[in-house]
This record gives sequence, C-alpha cells and structure tokens, in this order.
Amino acid sequence: MSARNAAALASLVVLGSLAIAGCTGFYEIPIETPIQPKMDVSGFQRVLVAGFITGGTEDVDANLETVRLLRSQLRTKSSLRVIEADVLPLAEIAADQQKEQKENAAASGELQPVAQLASNGTSNGSVQPVPEPRQPEKVAEPKIKNEKDLQKYDKIFADTAYWRKLGEEYQNPLIVTGTVLFTPHQSSGFVQQNREVYDSFGRRTVIPVRTYMERKGFILAPKFIFIDGRTGAILYSEGFREEILYNAQQNTPALSSYFELMDRLVPSFLSTLSAQKVRGTRVLLK
Amino acid sequence: MFSALLLIASTAAADDRSKAKEQVEFGVKVAQNGLWNEALYRWKRAVEIDPSYAAAWNNLAIAYEHEGRFEEAKQAYEKALQLDPKNMLIRQNYDLFKEINERTKRRSAR
Repeated sequence: MSARNAAALASLVVLGSLAIAGCTGFYEIPIETPIQPKMDVSGFQRVLVAGFITGGTEDVDANLETVRLLRSQLRTKSSLRVIEADVLPLAEIAADQQKEQKENAAASGELQPVAQLASNGTSNGSVQPVPEPRQPEKVAEPKIKNEKDLQKYDKIFADTAYWRKLGEEYQNPLIVTGTVLFTPHQSSGFVQQNREVYDSFGRRTVIPVRTYMERKGFILAPKFIFIDGRTGAILYSEGFREEILYNAQQNTPALSSYFELMDRLVPSFLSTLSAQKVRGTRVLLK
Repeated sequence: MFSALLLIASTAAADDRSKAKEQVEFGVKVAQNGLWNEALYRWKRAVEIDPSYAAAWNNLAIAYEHEGRFEEAKQAYEKALQLDPKNMLIRQNYDLFKEINERTKRRSAR
C-alpha cells in the first residue's frame, strides 16, 4: 500500500470515527495542489519529439510508437505546439555517425579501415580477420538487446552540432529524444494466492496457498532527454523503469503491454514540461 | 484587582475567538464554493485576530497548499499542530501535504 493510499484510508477512518462521535465542526473539501514543472520551458513555443534509440523486442516498433504516443499526449496536455515531422531512425543515424567517425580516424592513420580489412579477408579466400561491421539481414535478433548495447549509441545525445542543426531546421524547438528499451521478461517462483476451502459443515474459509508459477511479461525502460534546439545542449534527462508480468498461459500482445507500461510513465513525462495538479481532499475546521 | 484583570483578559480573548470564528466560518463557506482567494484572506484575518486558533491555521495551510505556496503551507500546518498537537484531522492534512511537498523537493533536487 502506498503512502498516499495509507493516508487516504487513515483519513476515512478518522472522518468516520468523528462522524460517529457526532462532531460537526469539520468539512472535507477537494483540493488541487499545483506542482511546478521540472523544467522551465517558457523559452520554447514548439516541441519536436524527434525519435528514440530503441531496443529489446522487435514485436513493437518502440521508436514509432513512443513518438506517436508522446506527440499525442503533448498535443492535448501541454501548451507547446507539437511539430509533426518524420520520425528519426536515431539508432541508424547514431550508427552511421560512429561509422563515419571510425572512417575518419582510420583515414587519419589512427586505425586501419574496418571495411578494408574485411574485404582483404574475403578476396583471398582466407578466414576473415575481423568481424563484419553490420550483422547479416537474416539474423532476427534485434541489434540492441540491453542497456549495454544502448550505451554504444549514447554519444549522439552529446552531439550538440547535430541537435543544433536539427533545431535550426524546425525553428529552434525543444527537442525530445532518448532511449527506449522494451524487453521480454520471465520470472518463475512461488506466489501467494488465496484459496477458498469448505469444511464438512459447508463453512467457507480462505487460506493462503503458496503456488509455483511461471510468469512472463515485459520491462519498459525509457530515458527521456530534453534538448535545447537553439544550442543543441541537453537541458534535462530522466530515466524510468516499469515491468509487468502475466500468467505464462496468458497470451498478451507485446503492443498492449507496451501501452500499459507507457500509461504509467506518461504523467511523469508530462510533469517535466507542464504544471500538473494533484487532486486530493483536506479537512477544513471551524 | 488581579481577578478583575484576569476576567477582562479572558473576556477579550473570548471576544477575539468569536470574531476569528466568524472569519473562519465565512472562509469555509466561500472555499466550498471554490473562492479560495477570499477564503485565504478570511483565514489570514482569523489568525491575525486570534493567533492561538489552531483551526484557522489549519485552514490557512490548506489554502496556501491549494495556491502552491508550499513553504507558507508548511509553516501554517506546523503552527496548527503546535497549538493542537492531538488533533487527528490537522495531523492527517499535514501528512497528506508532506507527501506532495517531499515529492516536489525530490524533483527540484534532481
């Protein structure tokens, strides 16, 4: 039970007991407490949800879905104008940048070109001295499987020139980007469940039973990065992690799990950019 | 002579409480109609008239909280609890406020 639920329950108990006691000098009143946004976005009028570096399962196009979801949320729940643009294939862009950097380094004599080494290996029929830089198409596994794989592409977020250029293209908006890892997850173990038991007199009792269960689900771990389109600098970033597990027999599509997990994170994402109101009740006294 | 002075003082205090109570009750009425600025003004007046009136401090704290003025809300809740430490309703309000206030602080610390 969360602190808020516990407090709400305690409030009901207190109010109930006072009502029974006949106290009338109190009034429960709904209030909306304003929470300031985590970031000052007053300098921006437009927001560009550019694209994400994504990994994990290939059952969901996490880049496309995340961009679409965040754009639609921002359209209705923030004062910023949402720019409609093509979704950037950020992982590919980051990979291209890395390749380019390697080639530049090789050209300047620091490193022998990977492509050259590979072609040397195949031309004389001998075993390749270095692995191919790109995985063959037939491999179904996603290229980015975990946090470690994601880190390889992280450099793009610090590339201020790239983001400034993108910002110029869209008249200096606030740029939203980051990483999204959506991975299948399995967990087996004992779970406590309640079971109804009837005795010989037909009386019903509920007893806790520990049952071995195999469960499967997903982990969603996004990191949202907010970049100033005028300077290309990172203004704020925040990471989240949510997971969901279902009974192994339950066949839940990856896309619905993705949306279920995203639903939990969206309020936190929105509170970065716009003021939110926390609804609750308080007791006024006389 | 001394008891006469005591009587005058206690009568004055009772008068203050009664005037402050009027402000508090009016504040409650307008807050229930969503007029929080007016309520805040009334409860401020109430604690000026009778600074020992815990209920007025409690209501003032709620009005500050509603306005997002967390530091002032905190001080008002603490004053209310200092005056009436056993009041479960004030404690309850304060606990709910603290949860939001701490969440906000955690954010700004990031």
